[in-house]
Amino acid sequence: MLGFIAYRLAYLLPVLLAVTLLTFLIASLLPGDLAHAMLGDQATPDAVAALRRDMGLDQPLWWRYLHWLGGILQGDFGRSFRTGEPVLGAILARLPVSLELMLLAELTALAISIPLAIQCAANSGGAFDRLVTGVAFAKLSIPNFMAAILLIYVFAVALRLLPATGYTPLAEDWLGNLRSMLLPALTLALAEWPVLMRVLRSDMIATLQEDYITMAKAKGLKQRRILFVHALKPSSLTLITVAGINIGRLIGGAVIVESVFALPGIGRLLLGAIYTRDFMILQGVVLFVAAGFVIVNFLVDMLYAVLDPRVRHAHE
Amino acid sequence: MRTSKAAIVGAADAAAELWAGFAKFGWLFWLALAWIGWIVLAAGLADLLPLPSPTDMDMLERRAPPSAAHWLGTDRLGRDMLARLIHGGRISLTVAILAPLIGLLIGGALGILAGYFRGLLETVVVGGVDVLLAFPPLVLALAITAYLGQTVANLTYIIGILSIPAFTRVARAATLSLAKREFILAARAMGATELRILLRELLPNVILPLMAFFLLAVAVTIVVEGALSFLGLGVPPPAPSWGGMIGEGRESLETAPRIAFLPALFMFLTVLSFNVVGDTLRVLTDPRQAAL
Amino acid sequence: MGAATQARPARPLLAIEGVSVELPTPRGALRAVAGVSLELAAGRTLGIVGESGSGKTMLSRAVARLLPRRAKLTGAVHFDGHNLAELDAEALRRLRGRSLAFVFQDPMTSLNPVLTIGAQIIETLREHLGLDRSAAVRRAIELLGQVGIPSPDQRLRQYPHQFSGGMRQRVAIAIALSCEPKLLIADEPTTALDVTVQAQILDLLAREQRRRGMAMILITHDLGVVAGRTDEVAVMYAGRVVERAPTHILFKAMRMPYTQALIAAIPKLDAPPHTPLKAISGLPPDLTRPSEGCAFAPRCPYASGRCRQSPPPLTGSGAQQFACWHPLEPAVATAP
Repeated sequence: MLGFIAYRLAYLLPVLLAVTLLTFLIASLLPGDLAHAMLGDQATPDAVAALRRDMGLDQPLWWRYLHWLGGILQGDFGRSFRTGEPVLGAILARLPVSLELMLLAELTALAISIPLAIQCAANSGGAFDRLVTGVAFAKLSIPNFMAAILLIYVFAVALRLLPATGYTPLAEDWLGNLRSMLLPALTLALAEWPVLMRVLRSDMIATLQEDYITMAKAKGLKQRRILFVHALKPSSLTLITVAGINIGRLIGGAVIVESVFALPGIGRLLLGAIYTRDFMILQGVVLFVAAGFVIVNFLVDMLYAVLDPRVRHAHE
Repeated sequence: MRTSKAAIVGAADAAAELWAGFAKFGWLFWLALAWIGWIVLAAGLADLLPLPSPTDMDMLERRAPPSAAHWLGTDRLGRDMLARLIHGGRISLTVAILAPLIGLLIGGALGILAGYFRGLLETVVVGGVDVLLAFPPLVLALAITAYLGQTVANLTYIIGILSIPAFTRVARAATLSLAKREFILAARAMGATELRILLRELLPNVILPLMAFFLLAVAVTIVVEGALSFLGLGVPPPAPSWGGMIGEGRESLETAPRIAFLPALFMFLTVLSFNVVGDTLRVLTDPRQAAL
Repeated sequence: MGAATQARPARPLLAIEGVSVELPTPRGALRAVAGVSLELAAGRTLGIVGESGSGKTMLSRAVARLLPRRAKLTGAVHFDGHNLAELDAEALRRLRGRSLAFVFQDPMTSLNPVLTIGAQIIETLREHLGLDRSAAVRRAIELLGQVGIPSPDQRLRQYPHQFSGGMRQRVAIAIALSCEPKLLIADEPTTALDVTVQAQILDLLAREQRRRGMAMILITHDLGVVAGRTDEVAVMYAGRVVERAPTHILFKAMRMPYTQALIAAIPKLDAPPHTPLKAISGLPPDLTRPSEGCAFAPRCPYASGRCRQSPPPLTGSGAQQFACWHPLEPAVATAP
């Protein structure tokens, strides 16, 4: 097991390094000058030059990259142009909101897709199966922002059941928090369930053909137990992998959903930084999100090994 | 008399075969193709169609319901909805087709070369693809747009470059499974140069799954561009785009929901159509399923 | 050999009547089993022998209605007072695993790879016998010991891939025996195992069968397996039973040329070196195109015109039955 982890870690670190490099290079795409952008058009050439020296912008590219990377590794992501607050602090303050959103969304998506997939696989080819598969395919053509608008219209405008925007912190009022998170989480979940359901369904259909399922039937076990214990467990590995890989799409979707529903998360921070051209925050958020994504995928790989005893024992 | 009878029989046979071919694809496929056809045609001929200007504002007719002057009503600034839908479609479809084209040409070439020559080239390409895929795509697109500036051209380049990894993967996978087949070995045995094998034997076979994937990529691009425009960070206003129109329609949900729903419907139908056609072709052209 | 026979019970434990199984295939309907009738008394062992494609596996699955979804089953299967072919699903489920148990050919695929073998034994015990968890664990350890698995309390927590092939099949047998079934159907239980282990497993089955007074059906393509381990043998070909007799009579005085060829094909340990194997020439028939006459006719050395034109019915007296127009004479047929 340890060898397995070490091997994967050795692959992880170069990727993380490449991510930092790419983020830095993207930042240097800015036409014109960062100092100029900060000070605005009215700035005098002297002031711009002074700021450039201050920020080390007159140094060669590789020097600036290493300097920046060094700062990152010490937790110094720079400071916001607008507010002066440390970038890392701003990110960490908003992280819980985004995490809560993504977690609720993934759980909701799983709660929708697992029962549907099992029911479809158990009677594959039947009317229910065809209906659900068709709906899933159609849903894939409805993007997040469209679904958000539709849900807002149905639940907030027409039915007036839920708030369209606004966020109540968890610590303040957990019920209000759930109310404000329900539509956003549902929007993201609706984007994820078709993929999750399709994957689990096809995995279950393959699993249900296996000999050990016939054996389970021959043992006279209840259908429920056969589906949920004998068939679901071997099929769930792919599901977990897909759910883990989906986190990348969830992050992108979260940006839109946080914007539409006015949730104070990292996505909103990113967009705010773009609207106000606050490049320090922008760079910090991109790096944080990308690195986080890589690390989460790594953890999903580890989880896979934990769940499949065959993978684990192959390395003993 | 005999020749014309033979001709009739021949025509009937051809028609029967054509019909069988039609039926094989399913009615949904043809419906989707029809929608794509008409929307592309309408968007392409946008300037020639007898439509009001998509940017003319009429403050007296804001959020107006459908009428003789405005067939689908007006938006919150009094602009004609139908005109904006068609012109917006033109911009959205232009980006949607050109951006994946970049991915197809560059990513396809990279993938074929990586899958065929293997070795260091493949390691570098796969590594590069993995790094690019380490960034959640929307975040990356937003970031680069922020730095480079918000124009339709930049948008096309950015989305195009972001689609390269996916095309590389598809091309490489197809090449890996095809390069083992006998017809490649046979060509090599007959002394063909590598370039010739690539162009004459491999490329025509890899192009099929790539084309199917291209259509799926068009669908995805419409969505990505739509999301960016929805946030105000895609197609720069006042130029119309479906995503932008949905975003603008948000504040009118109470009074005139059609302002958001009409572009949503158009986008949904277009994305669905490309998905249907692309998916059908993907199933048909998957080299793993093709018989030897 | 078989269980001690007291007065034979009036009704056999298992009575298969005119069972046919049809499978739809792209090339047409495939008749895997065509009108098979068999009986088995309690405590007795029946061997079913045939090549692959003879329908023996399909027949065994048909008994418990474990056929593929699109298969069509006709006929009656009387077991312990019920007609399994028409029993409702819930009642059938309660019978399976409890009164009627299976051992399948490949224990690597018939055991669930992601569940411990303990879990797989205990779930059957809890389902049918309603045992609580600790009682089920005790019983599972006891069963594993009975089938010859050392350190059973530790091995309960292990997964199938941590066992050798022979051990896995012992586990499968333990599962099958766990609820004291009246009938055990073993479908090629040793085919996937090493030759050295095969005899051990067969001996285990025979021993347990004797001890519990259980009826058993032993399905195999290998006549050597049924010799000395079964009370009677039914030979199947192309979905039909073509010969049936008490085992010792079958080997000494078989009536079917097919049976004769099968027995002749068994390699002999004491034959001189380089003796050619007496394979049966030709190929098994295409079951989507049933022939008009006897299915074995194309490969039979004694075939006549009549054989090719009309299928011979199953005839015979008492315990021995056969389906042949030119059955071998009892005096002529000697096992070489």
